[in-house]
Amino acid sequence: MSDTTGMSAREVIMARIKEALRVPAPLPHGLAEDSRAQVGPPAAVLTTSGGSGATVMSAHASTGLPTLTVLPEEVARPWLPDGGETPAERLQLLVENLGKLRAIVQQVPDLTAASDYLFTLARERDWHRVAWHPHPLIEPLLAGVPCATYRVDPADFDKNALESCDAGITSCEALVAQTGSILVSSATSGGRALSILPHVHVVVATVDQIIATLADALHAVRDRHDGHLPSMLSFITGPSRTGDIERILVLGAHGPKELILILVG
Amino acid sequence: MIVTDASNPPASHSGDPGAELPRLAKKKFLHDAAEHVRDTGHRAFVRKALGGYYTNRDLQKARFRNWEHARDAASLAKWSAVNRLDELLPRFVANFEANGGTVHWARDAEEARTIVLNLVRAARAKAVIKSKCMTSEEIHLNAALEAEGYGVVESDLGEFIQQLRGEPPYHFVFPCMHVRRDEISDLFGKHLGTAPTDSPEELTMIARRHMRRLYVDADIGITGANFLVAETGQISITENEGNARLTAALPRVHIAISGLEKVVEHLDDLAVLLPMLATAGAGQPMTCYNTLYAGPRRPGEADGPEEMHLVLLDNSRTAILADPEQRDSLHCIRCGACLNVCPIFKNVGGFTYGTTYQGPIGSVITPHLRGLAEWNHLSAASSLCGACSDACPVRIDIHHHLLHNRRNAARTAPNAWEKIGHRLFVMVARRPWLFGLGGAVFRRTLPLLKLLRPPLLRDWLASRDLPAAPRQSFRRQWDRRQPLEPTAASVHPHARKEEA
Repeated sequence: MSDTTGMSAREVIMARIKEALRVPAPLPHGLAEDSRAQVGPPAAVLTTSGGSGATVMSAHASTGLPTLTVLPEEVARPWLPDGGETPAERLQLLVENLGKLRAIVQQVPDLTAASDYLFTLARERDWHRVAWHPHPLIEPLLAGVPCATYRVDPADFDKNALESCDAGITSCEALVAQTGSILVSSATSGGRALSILPHVHVVVATVDQIIATLADALHAVRDRHDGHLPSMLSFITGPSRTGDIERILVLGAHGPKELILILVG
Repeated sequence: MIVTDASNPPASHSGDPGAELPRLAKKKFLHDAAEHVRDTGHRAFVRKALGGYYTNRDLQKARFRNWEHARDAASLAKWSAVNRLDELLPRFVANFEANGGTVHWARDAEEARTIVLNLVRAARAKAVIKSKCMTSEEIHLNAALEAEGYGVVESDLGEFIQQLRGEPPYHFVFPCMHVRRDEISDLFGKHLGTAPTDSPEELTMIARRHMRRLYVDADIGITGANFLVAETGQISITENEGNARLTAALPRVHIAISGLEKVVEHLDDLAVLLPMLATAGAGQPMTCYNTLYAGPRRPGEADGPEEMHLVLLDNSRTAILADPEQRDSLHCIRCGACLNVCPIFKNVGGFTYGTTYQGPIGSVITPHLRGLAEWNHLSAASSLCGACSDACPVRIDIHHHLLHNRRNAARTAPNAWEKIGHRLFVMVARRPWLFGLGGAVFRRTLPLLKLLRPPLLRDWLASRDLPAAPRQSFRRQWDRRQPLEPTAASVHPHARKEEA
């Protein structure tokens, strides 16, 4: 390598990389030249915003949530775990997967029933204070909650107040049938801490928010925020857990011990 | 004070054997391996701990409609990113900075430590909370922060236990898999003043209660990164406990440390890589929290850090990049699957390696990070069974790279005795009469050799038994064999198949 005195660390490292890559590396073991077409990421589809041929699902009339777009079929990757073909299949997969992850799923017909369920939860678990963020799916549920509430406010965020809450109630960006994941974001789920600091995380979502795969969810969230991604996007897959002690599963390591999904519709 | 005890653990992670003299690392390996292998109770404990992993991994693999195809896709995603690092790394950095983050380039461990120390000083920090980050182990960051008087707390349960024990991680995904629950109970009793318990759940809750205030009070949160997404400038962090989420949510400053090879081109690549990392690494469909960060808190968002920094670490990664044959070892997503299936790892244990990255992948990359002459012995500690390559979700040709390391070591730092030995063998093997004579002498003197145990044979006999020598050489037996009558099957091998 040539003299590097006076070069910044960035310049030195980039020079090392360029030098190193002068000799090409063979394709991974056992892969042929044309395999990229078969398994490679669908770059062309994803760089065109919206994805031509994307299926558009209608928004939930009562909540006014933005629409969810899903990827065209040619990028469905039929070798990954199944995400379900029809809305009914996706719902079934989601509920099944969340059950295996030891999350609680409560299906309710409408927001009134959701409100009743939240009331019961707060009573049964003797919650003293719950935290929430303004959202069309959450506000209607709070009127009857039999305990104090803390509204997460961007203008006056108080982490100590949030720490003292028994539960955090949030909305989500999407629900992923394939893995049972709940996608939350700092833009639409009350920031970063609300879904992780309280001991219980309650998610309120509609069945329209169920999407087949992780790829669909990533695509939908990019589409929705159109170039201005939230500073945090998080796939939550079950309540917090650890296996660090003798590889024995324990729920509630540092994040919520319980994850409760209230599924409306 | 109890709390002070925990934030100032007994000793910083000891043991950078790279600083030791050449050959010492090998001596230590041989000594520790011999000791560990004799501890059958410990080996059984580690095997039992891994038992559940095998079951869950297979269950989750079965959910993939084609796991092998998914491996192809994952390896291609990493291959195309690593081989275009010259283009993708600057693209990632530009997008990360457009999101409001700051990137710091570090040529080596010392430069990375200095960068982090300067950031911590500039923030006038009092308390630092960390989530699991193997690159910080690689650069021995905790010792550097503690030397400057900063209290650092590892928040991942396994890392916290190891920090209190004053030990580095035993396994880079399961840091304290070798520790029994009664030892953890005693450890918490000593450092946190808690009552003894044999319940893993209760032990976990002790750590949970202890850590909660620390997240809220810390000024700096340090995390690692599993993927750097070039097209969006996001970093992706995978974890189960929620401690990384808290670390990146509550403190005023978020510092992430990552190897520069972690770049992927598309956000969409994660739709393949995240479930594969979880399945191969821990037998889960997805790790509990897979989080993408794009800069500090945005206007209108409720919370989050005011500043976000990323330390991009080279530390000899570009040396691996410069070796096209082993470049694919940079595809590693640190899932730990190769450790979990490795007969060597299971028998010698994680500490015997004396490296930041244990197991087969550690044996491949450590010689690049710390020098082939001192660390080639790791490549010899292998049965070459290939279980690691089979387990690797991104198809790194791990066991062949162990052979490549051996070959490279023989070329660059030949061992004089090995050379003499091979020359002698060639000389003998090319002269049938000498070969026959050598065999005859060996067959007759074998009982005497077993008795005398000369140096070379002593090591061999220490753990093996030599059977009695046959009376005749193989060649003599071959010459005297009775020729077999040819059978129908051997004359017409296809005849039977067609009948069937």
